[in-house]
Amino acid sequence: MSQKVLLSAKEINIILHRLACQLIENHLDFKDTVLIGIQPRGTFVAERLKKILVEEYNISEVKLGYLDITFYRDDFRRGSKPLEANKTKIDFVVEDKKVVFVDDVLYTGRSIRAALTAIQSFGRPSEIELLTLIDRRFSRHLPIQPDYRGRQVDAINQEKVRVMWEEQEGEDKVYLVIK
Amino acid sequence: MSELSVDHLLGIKYLKREDIELIFETADHFKEVINRPIKKVPSLRDITIANLFFENSTRTRLSFELAEKRLSADVINFSAAQSSVKKGETLIDTVNNILSMKVDMVVMRHPNPGAGVFLSKNVKASIINAGDGAHEHPTQALLDSYSIRERLGDVEGKNVVIVGDILHSRVALSNIFALQLQGANVKVCGPKTLIPKYIGNLGVGVETDLRKALEWCDVANMLRVQNERMDISYFPSTREYTQQYGVSKALLDSLDKEIVIMHPGPINRGVEITSDVADSKQAIILNQVENGVAVRMAVVYLLASKIKQ
Repeated sequence: MSQKVLLSAKEINIILHRLACQLIENHLDFKDTVLIGIQPRGTFVAERLKKILVEEYNISEVKLGYLDITFYRDDFRRGSKPLEANKTKIDFVVEDKKVVFVDDVLYTGRSIRAALTAIQSFGRPSEIELLTLIDRRFSRHLPIQPDYRGRQVDAINQEKVRVMWEEQEGEDKVYLVIK
Repeated sequence: MSELSVDHLLGIKYLKREDIELIFETADHFKEVINRPIKKVPSLRDITIANLFFENSTRTRLSFELAEKRLSADVINFSAAQSSVKKGETLIDTVNNILSMKVDMVVMRHPNPGAGVFLSKNVKASIINAGDGAHEHPTQALLDSYSIRERLGDVEGKNVVIVGDILHSRVALSNIFALQLQGANVKVCGPKTLIPKYIGNLGVGVETDLRKALEWCDVANMLRVQNERMDISYFPSTREYTQQYGVSKALLDSLDKEIVIMHPGPINRGVEITSDVADSKQAIILNQVENGVAVRMAVVYLLASKIKQ
């Protein structure tokens, strides 16, 4: 197994700032917009974005929720490993809100398909957008594309993209792992 | 751990402590789900479950059915009163007939102890015991412990007394196993005639004085007197039972601490507990019912995830 660095801490930081600016361009003061971090790893991206929006661009209130999609996945009983659930925490109404799904890696699109179903349990958003730090091009199983993408990556199926966060793994870095 | 160590839920005595922890963690997620505007997830849409009730039940049957439906399973219900059991069909034949309609899981209540174990050895389906005679009622014990954990933070180290008809109670036996597995101290309290002779072998204390038992405990689980299972008289009169083993608000207020009151239902108001106790803040009887759905969703979900495709 070998790995190479796709993004350094500095590059991640620049990308997150760009994504934050793109969000502001479309959502201005975030009055009717909510960010939803997709569990388990999208929450880190979402928290970073919220921090940048609040601290550096003075957006007074950014609503942030976490959505777990385990019970909506289409591979229940199909994998060798059992699925493990994470916490869902959405303390606000999503009815008529603009929802932005935030995830770290967009790969087959199946997680986002599950998230689109899961969010319906909390109401009917007026629209849903997708933000992803890494977009693995050419590997989609479903017709799902991001509205905001950090970096597009061409990776073959045997490769894996690993996104590390300082708060979890001790460093900000994105690796391409070759099995 | 992310998988149960068992393929069936036949009794608490077959579980490990980690199994109970996994069930509770999963139930936490489902409790959040059933408090959403839309209380349903699509996980089990390709699973069919048969609820076989050879004995009367209201809340357990409804709770299981709701849990299954909230997981999007297909559900068929069967009660012995309207079935071919009355025409002489054996249990295995009845169940195999149902299974040939492509059923993946069976939830069964049966008057005979061991019916679930027997079935699990003879048919190809995942079995959940919803009560077998006076033997075990595992999901009730799980939801009881889950409710204690919710109210008191933890089950370990807590003193729990089970009061009433221990002799005829599957709830008592499953609770003893579940509580001990999680490190709680358990005592039983009731008239000597309603306490099994060798209960001490399970490592539980016996107390015949209700006040002493309540002074000792953090939680009192009040059982119903099961008149329907009593072939002889175990105490002189209901009035006398209530005087000695009924919990009233006055008795609770006279204790120097606030204990938690539980009851698996159905309550006989004025017999094992008075109405003002049943409706007081100390009673978590309705929390138990709500948690019952979440805990059963967890059990069904975790067992279903082990069914091979």
